[in-house]
Amino acid sequence: MQALVIAAHGSHLNPDASDPTYAHADTVRETGAFDEVRETFWKEEPHFREVIRTLESEEIFVVPLFISEGYFTEQVIPRELRLEGWNPEKWDSDGTSATEVTLEVGDAEKTVHYCGPVGTHDSMTDVIVQRAETVTGDHDVGEGVGLAVVGHGTDRNENSAKAIEYHTERIRERDRFDAVQALFMDEEPEVDDVTEYFETDDIVVVPLFIADGYHTQEDIPEDMGLTDDYRLGWDVPSTVDGHRIWYAGAVGTEPLLADVLLERASDAGATLGDALERIRRDTTHNDAGAPESDSSHARTNGKPVTDS
Amino acid sequence: MTALETAVDTLLEHADDGPVAFDGIRLESDGEETYTLSTPTIERDGLEAAVLRDVLTGLDDLEPYVRNWYHWQVRTGGEGTARRAFLRWCEHAPRSTDETQGAEPGDESLTPPERDAALETGIDREWGQLAITARFLDNDDPNGERVYDCWHVDDADTALEELEVLDEPRDARKIATTDEDGRYRPLKTAPTLRSGWAFTGLSGQELVDTVGFIYPATIANWHREQRGNLDVDHWVDTAARQTGIYDVIDELPREALNWLAEACCVDSQCLRRREWEYDAGDDLEPAGGDGPFPCREPCSLVVAAARKWAILESETEKTYELELTTSEWNQLADLIDAVADGRVDDIREADVNDGANRYRARYLRAKRFDDGELDARERSE
Ligand code: SF4
Repeated sequence: MQALVIAAHGSHLNPDASDPTYAHADTVRETGAFDEVRETFWKEEPHFREVIRTLESEEIFVVPLFISEGYFTEQVIPRELRLEGWNPEKWDSDGTSATEVTLEVGDAEKTVHYCGPVGTHDSMTDVIVQRAETVTGDHDVGEGVGLAVVGHGTDRNENSAKAIEYHTERIRERDRFDAVQALFMDEEPEVDDVTEYFETDDIVVVPLFIADGYHTQEDIPEDMGLTDDYRLGWDVPSTVDGHRIWYAGAVGTEPLLADVLLERASDAGATLGDALERIRRDTTHNDAGAPESDSSHARTNGKPVTDS
Repeated sequence: MTALETAVDTLLEHADDGPVAFDGIRLESDGEETYTLSTPTIERDGLEAAVLRDVLTGLDDLEPYVRNWYHWQVRTGGEGTARRAFLRWCEHAPRSTDETQGAEPGDESLTPPERDAALETGIDREWGQLAITARFLDNDDPNGERVYDCWHVDDADTALEELEVLDEPRDARKIATTDEDGRYRPLKTAPTLRSGWAFTGLSGQELVDTVGFIYPATIANWHREQRGNLDVDHWVDTAARQTGIYDVIDELPREALNWLAEACCVDSQCLRRREWEYDAGDDLEPAGGDGPFPCREPCSLVVAAARKWAILESETEKTYELELTTSEWNQLADLIDAVADGRVDDIREADVNDGANRYRARYLRAKRFDDGELDARERSE
């Protein structure tokens, strides 16, 4: 038997923080590729500490639902899971290239394949692009459009900016958008000055965050001037300094992210059958280009759902 | 082929691979193409295969044993798993001796015939605020297959039509997320599970999944406790392991841990029974509570609160002078009690006899506050 464990942050205060985790877990469940699929959290239950014992499978694939390598993926999760002999060097990563390490755990007779976070997987690039398609409702969005990928910046760990830059560069190489720019909340180049980095009329802004919350629903919209007060919501698109800004909200809410979870497990040796193809089919846009996303913005015309 | 015939055939196949002994039935091939069969009331040997088959399908006394064997050994499986132990607990089935070391005394197990009779009407169990009923899927044509119903203990007497009927375990996540008043429940074992819903006709796996969404990891830890191998991490271990912003919690004074446990880890706040102590052999003062599920280490909520208290406890105490009447002094205690006991919303608007009444509190603030703070002077020694 094999199990997929999705390790996310969660929240003591905000019930919506775990929504993307549950949504992607359910998408993976539907494929039937794993005997067991389990969500686990740092701030909710089951806690990282107690998740392994809830599983019957001997082979467990743990994928951190985090954007970058760093404090959580290198210290907190391995420690709380009791990964024996863990050392960040086992990932042999440059900050964005962690794939997998196979270890035993201290409290059960299980083999854990500890995978790199979703945020640094190559297929995350596709999720960002699809997020742009979703928010614009345009399957072919790119020409005449600029794309900003927004991250936290240095925060607690240096790798958070690396992940943003990594995908920005990969999208740039595809030559799909007129311009692609990495922007940050707490370092240069700053998201506040978004319009200064683009010559195109249309700018799609995709924050590289897992869940919608304070940063994506309050800070960034206000910093960019989409609204003076996040509680009043904003339009998609909103006009700022003569540019139309298509603000996408957290990339982690894009249904295609479930595909990255599977890719991570597949890279680590999980047997998936046709699950990857099925997930891609079910979570990418159909021919009509109609987004199947449950994006809060698509539903609420820019008003944060947490606001109701 | 009837369900019983299928079960008998499967049982015979198993007996050819080795002796079968399960919940009171014993069947063994003696190598001469004959079999020995026994239950607490029947003892037969030298049975040829054809005769044995007739006995197993024909004797009413044997049917509960055969069906029971088939349900657990073929349909359910999972020998040694928490899932199986929990489902067996649900219907008072005997568990292996190593699974009952920590069992509650008086938890008598039932024999297959006793359970057969009871499963027709349903066997009720409680798991925290959950009422669970195990019953036969089909009483008219019983093949031994169990299904489970699960709802809130407070709804025991509520008609099903008045409840939101659910059958998908994932729906339990929504139920567990907010309390009766729509407030978020960050602690899943807080005794604030809302009522008004019912899962019906769940399979064993679905029941375990449902319970897993409502009370995560409780089955796994209960199972470890029943086997006498619950791995408890005491406060000093958990505190020492923390990093980042929680690094400070090991500075929380020993004495403050007692207050923390009294604040958070009591039955009125949490259905888990605190098994962790300050350190092995160094117990905290408050009792661990009578909760049904063992708590094997400080949870993330307690760790987050401990961080706050560790920071607050680093302040030095001072002595303040302020003017209050006796009633006002008592009112401060009323206010603290009302908040601590979660009573604030129950105090009626016009009940000015209650010190924690909103008008009383506003009056006190109007009278004794200066610039948004209690008007007091720090006394210099
Ligand atoms: S640490 Fe205390 S509050 Fe937290 S789960 Fe255990 S008993 Fe409950």
